[in-house]
Amino acid sequence: MTDSSRAAQDAAWEPSALELERREYRRAASLRSAAVAFLSTAVFAALVAVGLSNSPGWDAVKHTFFNVPVAIEAFPAVLEGLWLNIRALFFATLGVAIFGTLIAVLRSLRGPVFFPIRFLAATYTDLVRGAPLLIVLYLVGFGIPALQIVPRMPAVFWGTLAIIITYSAYVAEVLRAGLDSVHPSQRIAARSLGLSHGQTLRLVVIPQGVRKVVPALMNDFVSMQKDVGLISVLGAVDAVRAAQIEVAHTYNFTPYVVAALLFIAISFPMIRLTDHVTARMTRREQNAGTV
Amino acid sequence: MSETVLELRGVRKRFDKHDVLKLVDLEIREHEVVALIGASGSGKSTLLRVINLIERVDDGQVLLRGDDITDPRVKPDAVRARIGVVFQQFNLFPHLTVLGNVTLAARKVHGWDAADADAKAKELLGKIGLGDKLDAYPDRLSGGQQQRVAIVRAILTDPELLLLDEITSALDPQLVGEVLDMVRDLKAAGATILMATHEMAFARSVADRVVFMHNGRIHEQGTPEQIFDSPQLPETREFLARILHR
Repeated sequence: MTDSSRAAQDAAWEPSALELERREYRRAASLRSAAVAFLSTAVFAALVAVGLSNSPGWDAVKHTFFNVPVAIEAFPAVLEGLWLNIRALFFATLGVAIFGTLIAVLRSLRGPVFFPIRFLAATYTDLVRGAPLLIVLYLVGFGIPALQIVPRMPAVFWGTLAIIITYSAYVAEVLRAGLDSVHPSQRIAARSLGLSHGQTLRLVVIPQGVRKVVPALMNDFVSMQKDVGLISVLGAVDAVRAAQIEVAHTYNFTPYVVAALLFIAISFPMIRLTDHVTARMTRREQNAGTV
Repeated sequence: MSETVLELRGVRKRFDKHDVLKLVDLEIREHEVVALIGASGSGKSTLLRVINLIERVDDGQVLLRGDDITDPRVKPDAVRARIGVVFQQFNLFPHLTVLGNVTLAARKVHGWDAADADAKAKELLGKIGLGDKLDAYPDRLSGGQQQRVAIVRAILTDPELLLLDEITSALDPQLVGEVLDMVRDLKAAGATILMATHEMAFARSVADRVVFMHNGRIHEQGTPEQIFDSPQLPETREFLARILHR
């Protein structure tokens, strides 16, 4: 063995000519595919632009939906409405986090004693997930006040409550799937350390279960972010309602487009973050398989 | 002299700043069974992954029957179709039956008729006493049975080279024998095998050559007798002493 000569070669690891040629080839290949991607995107965008602007009704559509002066005039009112949506979203998120977790835990309780609770929680998620959000909004927003047993509250309160009721059911199901996915051996390990059922759930099962469903939860959050716009049907002057009022003034639909763009703008960071977190989790899981 | 199946020339692999493979040269001839031994982290698994193109080499060449498979113009899937791999954790597909697992690549990659693939699978599974498990799902099988199914999956299309990555390490001790017997039969049938293993007794009885890896290098190699009975280098002696006299 020429051990000393090998050590010398190691110390000065200069890539061989062959390796350099391979790197050059890979670099050229990735440049080539980037160029192809850019070109095909440009061609596609051009085709869409040409197709749209040549359609017979384009001028009318442009005037009615993409009218810059109308957009500028409507913007302040719609933005102010959006602030209401953001506040509603904040409280809805808190409410869903608490209520959704509660329902998920109730549904995962074991033992015959808890049958009625499990049954109630299951019925709740089944009914609410089946009902259209719009109808839940009407029932909560107009039905509960009509009972006249609660003090008068603004429409946004009832709207937020309806969102919490609906989204808690979805989130509870996602969380339950997460809790169920924690391997039973983890519960056994926790219980054998002397942790109580509650401690096991709180300190071992929930942290792992939630981690597994983070992407799904974030997806639900993105969905909720736009659905808070539906509280407008109860009369709350949010971004959608403000746009509607502007539309009624001008007979021009541009304010709706403004509202839509604002909703997209606030959801965009969350969408990107969801992608990022999902990608990171995928990477981590793959790494775990390749020790 | 028989033909060379696999040749590694000056293969290097580096993760971050850590050199996992340092200038590895290795040649495997047809019908040869080579055992890779060495401590965890010595580079055994990385070597197998480099040959199967799961990891890309940072320098050097890997040739499969003279074809440079580290050339970026080579399609990795075409190379992998020529090499059979068996993993430590079996990695059977839980949603497919035994027959489905074994015939998947033959049907979808190699383009065999379903009838041909089924016939060959039944023949091979029958030989190892799993003829009655064709429609069973992997979770109905013992670890030893799963691993033998995984071996059949790897050899169904007669790969030019078989890579075995510590295939008995995840098995209960009483199940190791049935898997190793199967490897012995493969050798008798003329397979070319490169296997990373901790089963020293098995390496001694089956391997034509034993390769000891240490710190990313092939530190010492030779016949089983040379390596196990009279190792020349202190690191080899130390490793064998630790693993044999536990």
